[in-house]
Amino acid sequence: MSQPASSLKTSSSRRLLSRFGLSGRGLVVLVPYVWLLLFFLIPFAIVLKISFAEADIAIPPYTALLDWAEGGMLTVKLNFASFMFLLTDSLYAVAYLNSLKIAFVSTVLCLLLGYPMAYGIAKAPASWRGPLLMLIILPFWTSFLIRVYAWIGILKQEGLLNNFLIWLGVIDTPLNILYTDVSIYIGIVYSYLPFMILPLYATLEKLDDTLLEAAADLGARPVKAFLAVTLPLSMPGIVAGSLLVFIPAVGEFVIPSLLGGPNTLMIGAVLWNEFFSNRDWPVASAVAIALLLFLVVPIMLFQYFQEKQQEAAKQ
Amino acid sequence: MMRRSGFVLTMLAFGYAFLYVPIILLIIYSFNESRLVTVWGGWSTKWYVGLLHNQQMLSAAWLSLRIAALSATISVILGTMAGMAMARFGRFKGRTLFGGMITAPLVMPEVITGLSLLLLFVSLEQLIGWPEGRGMTTITIAHVTFTMAFVAVIVQSRLVSLDESIEEAAMDLGARPAKIFFVITLPIISPAIVSGWLLAFTLSLDDLVIASFVSGPASTTLPMVIFSSVRLGVTPEINALATIIVAIVTTGIIAAGVIMARQERIRRIDEQMASASNA
Repeated sequence: MSQPASSLKTSSSRRLLSRFGLSGRGLVVLVPYVWLLLFFLIPFAIVLKISFAEADIAIPPYTALLDWAEGGMLTVKLNFASFMFLLTDSLYAVAYLNSLKIAFVSTVLCLLLGYPMAYGIAKAPASWRGPLLMLIILPFWTSFLIRVYAWIGILKQEGLLNNFLIWLGVIDTPLNILYTDVSIYIGIVYSYLPFMILPLYATLEKLDDTLLEAAADLGARPVKAFLAVTLPLSMPGIVAGSLLVFIPAVGEFVIPSLLGGPNTLMIGAVLWNEFFSNRDWPVASAVAIALLLFLVVPIMLFQYFQEKQQEAAKQ
Repeated sequence: MMRRSGFVLTMLAFGYAFLYVPIILLIIYSFNESRLVTVWGGWSTKWYVGLLHNQQMLSAAWLSLRIAALSATISVILGTMAGMAMARFGRFKGRTLFGGMITAPLVMPEVITGLSLLLLFVSLEQLIGWPEGRGMTTITIAHVTFTMAFVAVIVQSRLVSLDESIEEAAMDLGARPAKIFFVITLPIISPAIVSGWLLAFTLSLDDLVIASFVSGPASTTLPMVIFSSVRLGVTPEINALATIIVAIVTTGIIAAGVIMARQERIRRIDEQMASASNA
């Protein structure tokens, strides 16, 4: 009984859809498309708009960009004060450069640790690979905030690492690690390592072993074969993994604010303070726009590689 | 050759130790009698008891769980649609922009996403009076937006690696697209959908930065409570909370893994029987 009723309903709803020139297929694209336009793309335009506004004591705390002037003329008031402010106060330049440096060093460290790990997992017996990979992903599912917090107790002056090293007799006086660049590097490498290993593993696993055998037959030593065969072929994984670590690390907020000190300024934390402590929305927006300009090229690179990878998987 | 595999093994051991030692220490010290996290004062479960009486923490956890469940569900629906469109619809108008909007949230720094969404909500409220203030609704919308990208990518890569011939066969036999999706495609991509939902759920449960931007005064999520108490200093109560989260996540993942492995086994037996009866 319910069968004809439901088919009647679907056909009438389809008629309704086609009246608007839509097929079911079109709807599948349209719904997420509209959502992303509204909640992902348009917000950037608003950030850009507000970065050209002036801070004001009002709700919301900035001046309007468009104004109806005396004669009914629509005037646009572009205010570059926020951007000029970023240029004149050296705090921002220092924070941007420091963020780029910290993100870059952390990415290299992630690669140095992640590559041998991904290689080891890819070369492990087939039945081991699943569990080994699972163990890489598992920490990623537990709270990021809490995993960063765990390092405070370890790296503190009277923390577990210092206690352990003194007990071993390696050092006499506790090392000063927490609230320095070193603790931020540890925090970023620790949190982002899975993002480096997974794409690396994906390319290394597909690698054809016969190529290495051929290189060995031709007399190449293992190191040479690795440099000439494995490394170039795993380039897509290296690039994808590095971008997955580098881009979010530049704007990282939680790690520098928990593990960093007053001398380890990062731009994510600066933006946060500009917004929450100083309540200066235009300057916070300008900081965001400038950060986005730094990241446009890496993000587009990431998209290009992502697209290429999906196409390669299709063939 | 031996030396290099020795190097790889060392790095593997170091890497896994690096990933797990902090979590294990966190769990051990959640049972510490002493308030000082670095001094061992004997075994105790008092921090767990304290947690149960921490009303602020409990209500924040309840809010976070509701937001995570709701946003993961919406995100799975939208993300699956987006993944389908990217993997199966070939070239359509605006595909490049669409693809960009799906991959960009994967790497976008959270401070930018959070700030831009807040400014959107404020402007919308000025323009059309919605959303009225900020709270659970705005946090849910924000979480759907950044988690659906992860779901879309997972579903897309599952679909891309799949043989299209079964769907084509069904189409040749006259099945309508919606029927093909629900009878054939959906069961095959269900593991991707399950892991997409779990990932969206944990990402939402875990998010501090975006939620801080788009939340209102009455909506404090669990990460916000954790962050403010961690900033004041290390407390064993947070360790106890961390242990509970780790226990739940590990159980959930192992359960999901066992169920999926069993389903895969049943599917394989079905396939074998089908091919045996054909022969």
